[in-house]
Formats: sequence, structure tokens, C-alpha cells
Amino acid sequence: MLSKLSTATRILGRVNVSPSTLARRRPWILPYLSSISSNSSKLENQSAPLSTKDDGLEETREKSREAQIKEPPSDLKKYKTSFGKDIFLGKFDLDLFEFPEVLEKERHETLHEMLVPIERFFSEEVDSKQIDLDAKIPDKVLQGLKELGLYGQQVPTEYGGLGLNATEYARLQEIISLDGSVAVTLAAHQTIGYKGLLLYGTEEQKQKYLPKLASGEMVAAFALTEPSSGSDAASIQTRAKLSQDGKHWIMNGGKIWISNGGTADFFTVFANTSDENAPVKSSRSISAFMVERKFGGVTNGKPEDKHGIRGSNTAEVHFDNVKIPAENILGEEGDGFKIAMNILNSGRFSMGSAGAGGLKKLMSIAAEHAISRKQFGKYLSEFGLIKDKFVKMAADIYVMEAMAYTTAGLIDGGKYEDCAQEAAMVKVYSSEATYRCTNECLQILGGMGYMRDYPIERALRDSRIMSIFEGTNEILRLLVALNGCKHAGQGLRDMVKQLRNPFQFPNLVWKKAFERRRHANDNPKLDLKLSRFLHPSLEAASESLEYSVLRLQFGTEMLLQAHGKNILDEQLMLQRIADIAIDIYAMTCALSRASRAYCIGLPNAQHEVHLAEYFCIGALHRVKHNMECILGGPGTNGDELSKAIADQIFKHKGYFPEHPLNKTFW
Amino acid sequence: MAMRALVGCKRVIDYAVKVRVKPDKTGVVIDGVKHSMNPFDEIAVEEAVRMKEKKLVSEIVAVSCGPAQCQETLRTAMAMGADKAIHVEIPAKEFELVQPIHIAKILAKLATDVKADVVILGKQAIDDDCNQTAQMTAAFLDWPQAVFAAKIEKDGDSLAVTREIDGGTETIKVNVPAVISADLRLNEPRYATLPNIMKAKKKPMEKKTAKDLGVDLTPRIQVISVEDPPVREAGQKVDDVDQLITKLKGLGRI
Repeated sequence: MLSKLSTATRILGRVNVSPSTLARRRPWILPYLSSISSNSSKLENQSAPLSTKDDGLEETREKSREAQIKEPPSDLKKYKTSFGKDIFLGKFDLDLFEFPEVLEKERHETLHEMLVPIERFFSEEVDSKQIDLDAKIPDKVLQGLKELGLYGQQVPTEYGGLGLNATEYARLQEIISLDGSVAVTLAAHQTIGYKGLLLYGTEEQKQKYLPKLASGEMVAAFALTEPSSGSDAASIQTRAKLSQDGKHWIMNGGKIWISNGGTADFFTVFANTSDENAPVKSSRSISAFMVERKFGGVTNGKPEDKHGIRGSNTAEVHFDNVKIPAENILGEEGDGFKIAMNILNSGRFSMGSAGAGGLKKLMSIAAEHAISRKQFGKYLSEFGLIKDKFVKMAADIYVMEAMAYTTAGLIDGGKYEDCAQEAAMVKVYSSEATYRCTNECLQILGGMGYMRDYPIERALRDSRIMSIFEGTNEILRLLVALNGCKHAGQGLRDMVKQLRNPFQFPNLVWKKAFERRRHANDNPKLDLKLSRFLHPSLEAASESLEYSVLRLQFGTEMLLQAHGKNILDEQLMLQRIADIAIDIYAMTCALSRASRAYCIGLPNAQHEVHLAEYFCIGALHRVKHNMECILGGPGTNGDELSKAIADQIFKHKGYFPEHPLNKTFW
Repeated sequence: MAMRALVGCKRVIDYAVKVRVKPDKTGVVIDGVKHSMNPFDEIAVEEAVRMKEKKLVSEIVAVSCGPAQCQETLRTAMAMGADKAIHVEIPAKEFELVQPIHIAKILAKLATDVKADVVILGKQAIDDDCNQTAQMTAAFLDWPQAVFAAKIEKDGDSLAVTREIDGGTETIKVNVPAVISADLRLNEPRYATLPNIMKAKKKPMEKKTAKDLGVDLTPRIQVISVEDPPVREAGQKVDDVDQLITKLKGLGRI
């Protein structure tokens, strides 16, 4: 068993300095020093974040912070500001370099004990091929899942659930996602179906429903989407009106594409409760209700015939004068939109680990194929193009896992008000990476990959939905970019005020001038010195990360300067900014994970470092390309041309060029 | 009937793992390899739990001998329904040379100590395939034995055990206390549900050593070498019986 302290002790022993001096010179070793000095597990010190420990590093951190804009004076905030928003201001939260270790020994052991029966159940009882062919999950399988306790993963134990935190939940998804239909059925039930009750329910509401939901006696569904309201959730038209005596709400309307719509007994339904005559659509017009099928008036349509996740039941749900007891409202009247967004935010991050879990299995199948199949006298694994596919896959899986568990750690740590920004980044990256990598696995297997006999084509079909549901990737990219720009705008406003007072803030004015000049030459001064907080072998990669953060800050400033509030309409620019931010978060998580792996001496840590470096090289390319398109004019990014062509396409209701064979004269 | 059952659970290399021989030929690779409960022991635990559900058994004590990781195996047994567990700690190095006779002595002592009425073991372990522990335990205790059990039923104050034999099955009446070994067709073990895994954490687990039980673990064997079986050779086709006899004579087989 590898000693966790091997690297740290070797360095300490060799250098022969006191731990505090060493920590000053090599801050990255700090989290692991406590294990040497006190002979106790590092895990016990996981609650204290790097930035508030009195460890002699304050000086270093101060210098690091001086390179950033002075924090505008504000009331003492209870929560920390989101990492994913601060990077738009060029501020880098060093806490992210301490890869979270959320579970202490006891919980870690219990979690791993739980994995055994679940893995066994999935390999022995779940016939994914048959589920896909029949477009139905057998009742026996659903019953087995209920008995295992998988219908109440995040319900507190006092209500009969497993009481898992975000990290443990994410770990279970790695196995459950081996069958897409089962994963979506379970997720629709608990991650969104009754999450509203968990987050916003009163004690009475929880006592009434949670035990039955946790045991699977009642199945839940999340009913938001309507025929005319998909991404534009605030425009839903299902109505709920309070009865004369104030004891019931009467609901009328219809929802589409509701997972578990045909099988659920418990629906979290969102309806418009505002005054019908009110002209303005406000964010307070929607309310959330818990509707039981037995209230009467709830009907559902036939199961939809889908491209993938065919075993999951998706159906229309209609509400016809449904009488809902007044106590079944979630939160207050008007809270609906906020509740819906928070429910979706809370489960999003697990897509990272779910995708990674499935991909790891597929990668094994593809690797097995590559090392045994010969063409042209050589094994497939010896060909450069094949090797490249595997490496990109490994890097994507590594980053997806790192992002998912970092975000889970942030959520479990409780220091942030919400991790919506980071969760959105995980979701966008993971959904696209999963589809891309599954596609490559299929390609590696060639003709065999295309056959239904192999699980890859089913996995590809199942993973296609990931970019669409739980918030489309397009919307989430806009969300990431706009949240970041809004946050930056607030910070920049104060900076602009200071810049307008050059005599009071001369240092800032000069600093900004030099900074801008360096940015104009694409050579920002890397004074965040992030490399000091990671293992030295990751120095080059950490500089790429620093460069990306500073360029993001510059890009945001330029965009806000150029467009101001109209940035809302510049979707191509927002997409580029969002992609840079997502790459930054991905790099941060990957480097944090690799650095920790090397420092605590995990097996194959050296190769993890290589993987992280490889990913950062690719990410840097993308960041540079996106920045070039942001800063370069229409000639570089083609945006003006793009707008004109798009208008033509819609004018012609499709493809407008004349057929190449047409002539105007003979 | 309200008996107390002592169930043995051995921690072995998982059945799905491809076993590899160590390069120094002293044994097989154990480090980092997935281990789990011996499948026949799972059947034994399941039977004890079913007997408890039928009210034949009132308490189930699971026991495992071996290194510290055996506690995971015992927790799985408790998650399946055992009420308490006893871990007889034997360091890994020593455990490699422990044989069924040592285990049988340990189990016999424990059966007397906990006042067990029935000892249920798996018929054999999938790593050594000895098929000796149950029989030896019965001998040490001087209790009746019913090995290769395919069905266990109550018969007055005794048990009627249907057991697998070469020709089919036979049913015998066994007086209690007795030692039973579980065969494949006895039952299909349940999955340990996640809520039960969490409840199992609260169940008591005792730690003992072989010395506490007065059992001498001095090895009675010495491992000279562990090797892979010879690679299977290709077969040969012959046209008729005469050719077959010639070939066999040529190979020195007859």
C-alpha cells in the first residue's frame, strides 16, 4: 500500500528545513504537512480552507491578491463569491487548488460498501439491450432498485432515505449511469421529481411525503416544460387559481416530455398563479405545487417513442381542474421560478460523474479491441490516430471526474450560496464530452461499433439527450457568460470609479495602463503566481491557466466596454466567453486533482500529471482561439458575415444558394 | 425452535477476477485485487437469514478469520441480516499458511463459546476448494454433520436436510446441535440493500485472536512453489479406434 506521505516526507527529509519555511517556499505542500507532523490523517483537517489558515503564507497570498483589483467595500458576506464568476474579474480563488476531501474514513468506507451490491445488481439484473428493445424497464428491476434503497438517495435518514451528500450521490451515479434509461428514471424521480420538497418543503409536507417517496412507494416527476415553453420556462401557461374558500388551488394545463409522466403518482408542477389581467410577466408569477395523481383530473398520454433512453417513460401530462389542497404549495406563492431553477441547479453537476462512469466502461471495451485487433500487420493500438482518440478520451474523463467531484465538494462544503455557475459549466462540458467520446469509441470499433450487438451505439443514443435536457447547453452557456459578465460589471463599476479619480488612485491608473498594454500584445503579466500552489511539475500548465484567467478578465472588460448592456444580444461573443470560462474551470479542477494525486502518492500519479498537462495544452489552444475571435474584428471572427447569411437562410426558409447545376443562360 | 446460528464467512479473491501467479512463485497476487465473500458462504448467510425469518433461528453470529479487511466481509454479512459478528484477526502473512484444520478448531471453540445450536458454513472456499472445514468442525465438536445441503427444514426438534449426493439427493434427519454446509442449490443470496448496509454499522463486531481461543496456528504445510497450470495443448483428430490406440501407445499412456 503506497504511503500517502511519500513525496512530502522525501522532500522534507531532503531539504532539512522546518515545515513552516518549506511551506513558504513551496505552498503546494501545505495541505499534506499536517499528516506528517501530527501523524493524523490529512482528512481530519479538511474543513479549514487554505486561505484562512494561519500558516505563514499570508504574505504570499497578499502579493498574489495585490495583482488583482481591490475588493469593493461591502457588508460582511456570509457566503463566498462563486469561483466561476470571480474569474471574469481575474480573481482566482485559491481554495479550488485544494481538491476537496469531503468524506471522512467512516463515510468513505460505507460508500464503498454500498457500491458492491449496486454494481452486482446492474451487472446481473439489468439487461440494457432488452430494456432498449422493449422500451420498458421490467417491474422486477424497478422493484429491485426500490429495495436497494436507490429511490431515496439524498433523503435524510430520519425520513427513510440514505442521507447521501453531493459527493456520495455523484459516486453512485457512476454505476447507475451504466444503463441510461434506469439512470434517467431514478434522476427524474429524486434529482428533480421531489427535490423541491427536500429543498423547500415544510416539516409537515416532508413527513407526509418523503418516507413514501424514499421507499419508492410513490414515484415522482418534475413537470415544468410545456408545448410552448421549453427553455423559456418563465412563459408557462398552466394556470392555478385559488378557490373561493382559499382551501384549494384549481389547476388547468398540460405539460410535455415529462420523465416518469406515465408512472408517477407525485408531481412537482409549476403553474402561473399571477393575476390573469396583469400585463407584465414578472418572475413572481409562477408557483410550485405538489400534485398527487389521486387528486383526480391528472391524465397522461402514451409513452413517447424516443431515440435513446428508450426504457425511461416520457409522456404528456394533463391537468384538468385538478383540486390541489392549499397546503401543497411549495414555498410561497410566486417562488416557483426560483424553486425550479434551484432544483435544476442542484442535480446538474452529477452529469460529470455519470458520464465518466459510462465512458470508463466503454473505453475498456474499445481498448480491449484496440490491443487485440490487427490490421496491416500491426495492432490498432500501435497506430497514431487510434492512440490520439484514446488519449483525448482519457483526458475528457479525467476532467469530467475532477469537475464533478470538485463541484460536489464545493456544494458539500457549504461555503457558497449556490454553485449554479460551476454546475452549469460541468454540465455543458460533460454532456458534450460524453457524446464526443462515445462517438469516438464507436469509431474505434468500426463496423462492429455500429452493430446493436455491442453496447456502444446504444450508449451513443442514450447520451444524445444530455445536451438537451436539464437546461440546453446553449442556455447554460449564456447563463455562464451573463452571470460572469454581470458579476464583472459590478466589480468593474467600482474600478471605473477609481480609474476616473487618477489623483486619488494613481497606482491603479498606472497599473491598468501597463496591464492593458501587455494584453494588447497578448502577453499579460502572470502575477497571480498560481504555480506556487501546485506541484512544481505542473508549472507550465499552471501558467496556461493563469494566462487564460487574465485573458478572460481582459476579454470581459473589452466586451462590456464595447457593448455594455447590449452584450445580451451578442450571443456569439457570449458563447466564446463562456467556453473560455468552462475551459478555465476544467483546467483548475484537473490541475488540482493531478497535483494532489502526485503529492499524496496515488498509483500512476506521474501519468495523471501528464494527462492534466495534455488537457491544458488543448484548453490553451481553445482559449487563445476564442480570445482571437473576441478581440479581432469581423474579419477574424466572421460574425458580421454570419449574421447576414443567417438572415438569408430564414428569408428562404432553408438553404438559399442556387443548385450548382443551374444556369442562367444556355 | 429459536436456535443460535454461527455462520462462517471467508474473504476470498472475487470469482470474476483472473488470478495471476506471483513472479517469485510463492503464491498468487493478492495486493490490490478485488476480494469478496466466498459465494458458498453467502448462501450460508442467506440460509441463516431465511431460517431467522421462519423463526427457526433467533440470532445469527457471523465469523470470519483473516486480516483486517475481513471486517468488510463481516459487514456485508450483517447487511444481509446477521445480528453480530466476530472477527478472528490473523495477519495476512500467517493467514496464507492457515488450513481448514486450524479454522475448524477456531470455529469449534467459538461454537461452544457463543453456545451455537447450528453452525452453517459454505461447502468449500473458491480459493482452495478444500471442502474440509465443515466436516472437521463437526468432528472437533462431536456434532452430527449434514454437508452439501440443498434444503433445510424443521422436523420436530431436529432438522431434515436434503443433501446433494452423486446419484441425486438424499434427505436425512439431523439432531441439533449440528454442522451444516451449504451447497449451490440451497438458495439464491439476496442483495445487501443500502439501508441495511447503513444499519449494519451499528451492529456489534467483536475482535479476537487465535491465541484468545487457545488455537495453535503453526503451519502444518510448507508452500514449495505455486505455478500456472500447463497451457492447454491442441487436440488431435484420429480417423478410427486403431489409430487412437496407436497414438495412445506412442504417448505412453497405455
